[in-house]
Amino acid sequence: MTLPTTPGQTVGPFFHYGLPYDGDRDLVPPGSPGAVLLHGIVRDGAGVPIPDALVEIWQTRPDGTVPQEPGSIRRDGWTFTGFGRASTDRDGLYAFSTLAPGPIGPRRPAFWAITVFARGLPDRLFTRAYVPGPDLDDDPFLAALPAERRGTLIAATDPQGYRFDIRLQGQDDETVFLRFPGR
Amino acid sequence: MRSIIPIAAPDLEPQSAISAEIDAIAGAAARAGGDETQPRLDYPPYRSSVLRHPTKDLHHADPESVERWAPCFGNRDVDPLESDLTIVHACEPLGERIIVTGRVVDGDGRPVRRQLVEIWQANAGGRYVHKRDQHPAPLDPNFTGAGRCLTDEDGWYRFVTIKPGPYPWRNHLNAWRPAHIHFSLFGTDFTQRLVTQMYFPGDPLLALDPIYQSIADPNFRERLVSTYDHDVTIPEWALGYRWDIVLTGSTQAYFEPEGSDL
Repeated sequence: MTLPTTPGQTVGPFFHYGLPYDGDRDLVPPGSPGAVLLHGIVRDGAGVPIPDALVEIWQTRPDGTVPQEPGSIRRDGWTFTGFGRASTDRDGLYAFSTLAPGPIGPRRPAFWAITVFARGLPDRLFTRAYVPGPDLDDDPFLAALPAERRGTLIAATDPQGYRFDIRLQGQDDETVFLRFPGR
Repeated sequence: MRSIIPIAAPDLEPQSAISAEIDAIAGAAARAGGDETQPRLDYPPYRSSVLRHPTKDLHHADPESVERWAPCFGNRDVDPLESDLTIVHACEPLGERIIVTGRVVDGDGRPVRRQLVEIWQANAGGRYVHKRDQHPAPLDPNFTGAGRCLTDEDGWYRFVTIKPGPYPWRNHLNAWRPAHIHFSLFGTDFTQRLVTQMYFPGDPLLALDPIYQSIADPNFRERLVSTYDHDVTIPEWALGYRWDIVLTGSTQAYFEPEGSDL
């Protein structure tokens, strides 16, 4: 039996008092041991930064295991829950303080699972931000992507951590968004 | 100070132009015969989507381990009082007090247990507590309009709130959103994440609204409309609405909860 799925709708322009919460973007306290910055700009089809987007991340621990502990909304500063949420600012910038995710299996590259919402975006979008490294070359999912767009899923290292820009619409620079089975 | 009644900008298109586009897309979809269970990402009648939707096909991906799990929320995250949007301030908010309740299940009908549900909405006058909302309707000092709860062991959620009002927006001339409550849901898998809007039965604005109509198949968009439920209504206190939510199928094995103290 498969029931018809409830359709999605845009997050709209007024989510800022409904979804963000104190500490939403700090999976670990900024500056704590092992903390990295994951940040980027969300842009539209004209390259203009989107100030009313929302980005969520979901990730493994550095050892590759999947957290299943509560506490993402009321963070205690010690529990790594693997989930974070960040609204973009006036410059379209989102930023998380988190840990680098661990590989999901032998020779399988690590990534942040990402969900993107925005005013004007009729439904949420899924993507992945891969941690750069040698395992990327052998990954069958990445290998199946058009070569000119593969790079849109790979974060860039920068002095504080990782940079991952999201382009909702574009040419070769349009971020690869994902469709999972069942929807 | 009394607000000035805004004069509609002449550069906006009339409802008739938007409705003609909506009808053309719906007609083509009906002729094509495919089930369009979800909103179209490319839906020009919703004008602000034009530069904000992907133009390439979504790329098929089999979920990896981390994507077969979802974030976990618990009692430490959500105070039970957060499900009542009418008790946040010193006095009762203005408007029609309502109860909104339903079950969250996956595509196989299995309840989504102990998972987070978040809502946000306008007040009874159709005004959001948001700096970008310039609708000259009154703010209600006793209503913020955001709530949370965890589903119970059988997937049920329940909120007490007031019925939101419709509000104008500038998608086109004389554009009004039907009354709605925004919902945010998690499942057992990352891939089940859902943000959507719940509507009210019989709202004449549904037919005119390019966000609601972005789901081209009426059988599917009607799943966003709640039903009035007299069994949920509480005598002399609040009207009841029922709205069930189906997430995509879960890949997780199904386990009966250990113990049965609930």
